[in-house]
Amino acid sequence: MSRVAVVDYGIGNVFSVCNALKHIGVDPILTRDAKEIRNAGRLILPGVGAFSRAMENLRSLDLDTEIRAYVAAGRPFLGVCIGMQVLLDVSSEFGTHSGLGLIPGSVEKIPSVTTQNAALRVPHVSWAQVKQVSAEDTGGWRKSAFYRPAYYYFVHSYSAQPADPVNLMATTEYGGHQIAAAIRRDNVTGVQFHPERSGPAGLQMLKHFIEADDC
Amino acid sequence: MSHLIKGVQMEGWRKMGDPAERARKYYAEGADELLYIDVVASLYERNNLADIVRQVASETFVPITVGGGINSLEAAKALLDVGADKVAVNTGATKCPELLNEISDTYGSQAVVLSVEAKRLPNGGWTAMTDNGRNHTGREVVGWVEEAARRGVGEVLITSIDQDGCSKGMDLELIAAVSAVVDIPVIASGGVGAMEHVRAGIDCGASAIAIAKALHTDEQNLLDLRKMLAQSGVPVRPYAEKEMPGV
Repeated sequence: MSRVAVVDYGIGNVFSVCNALKHIGVDPILTRDAKEIRNAGRLILPGVGAFSRAMENLRSLDLDTEIRAYVAAGRPFLGVCIGMQVLLDVSSEFGTHSGLGLIPGSVEKIPSVTTQNAALRVPHVSWAQVKQVSAEDTGGWRKSAFYRPAYYYFVHSYSAQPADPVNLMATTEYGGHQIAAAIRRDNVTGVQFHPERSGPAGLQMLKHFIEADDC
Repeated sequence: MSHLIKGVQMEGWRKMGDPAERARKYYAEGADELLYIDVVASLYERNNLADIVRQVASETFVPITVGGGINSLEAAKALLDVGADKVAVNTGATKCPELLNEISDTYGSQAVVLSVEAKRLPNGGWTAMTDNGRNHTGREVVGWVEEAARRGVGEVLITSIDQDGCSKGMDLELIAAVSAVVDIPVIASGGVGAMEHVRAGIDCGASAIAIAKALHTDEQNLLDLRKMLAQSGVPVRPYAEKEMPGV
């Protein structure tokens, strides 16, 4: 199996993501090295915390360029939580910050009221059911990972809003709002939830991503 | 060597087993989150759970919150670095509330939980205590929770000292009072002995319920509890133990 690289950019849950990969029999390489990223067979960008800090770290380590190059080569990429949000063009978290722009759209605060105008608790902290919504036939590993209604662990205050609905692969409902759970454009996939913290269902999702031959 | 311990009203602590082994059991039974509190941390002025957290985080794959003796950004970092997803801060925050802003600004609000030990006052209301209900902070619980939310904590863990370890039900007024003043999730703890207690806590506004004694003594188990809660209309994650093999 080709090498699975996890981007090490001084932010959040890299330890947990690597642990989860080890548990499913993968020996990931935790790296910020340009060459190792370019040669990886799978690239995972984890992350928790603030959008701006994540982007700052990526830029200062020149990893934004490396990630774009990796993606341009057509190889499978998975962003998790903040690692998913930075895939979009822009975020409104603590000011306006630009992202990697790999999927058109923005990142916006989760509304503090439900669609029925009742108070809604934010951050959204929940084991929530994910439903596949894209009309596009996502097929392959994504079909196994998202078509069945699984429960995954979410913890976030902002959510991704892809400009083109075709990039919205799966959602979860919170306060009546449809929150992006998984987004995708070609070989780039991002999940808002934490597969590394979502028990057997999350591990299974990671396994699908690693083992698929159709990314 | 660490022990899993549990008291009654935060006194008379008894050994209940091995903390890593219980974590594996609760994970296998579908716990939504694991919560570790080092109850002697303040005595030693440091959290001693790093080794356990490191081990548990590599064997279980649900969120882990760790509390006890977190009095600085460095102390929070030490636990987050070994696999904790969140830190729960009590004493450190009552002494220096700015610590909550610091952790939230550095690691995000999702990484910091305000932990409150609430003791009911004879004339109504609750006072916030520390060190397992031994020390007064002079802070009134509801106001303190509101302040912490403004300082950027992502969740509140509220424990009723009066109900703790008694298995007779939760302090529902406390849960309702705290849930009403903040728009962040509230995790309620203290007093769960039966499924009905969990349900009552949720009905009063709690987003999640933390259970210790009822599980440690095997009076309750998570698989049955989850089934009963679902049947009584509480939205819980469906989980079957058969999900475990293979992954």
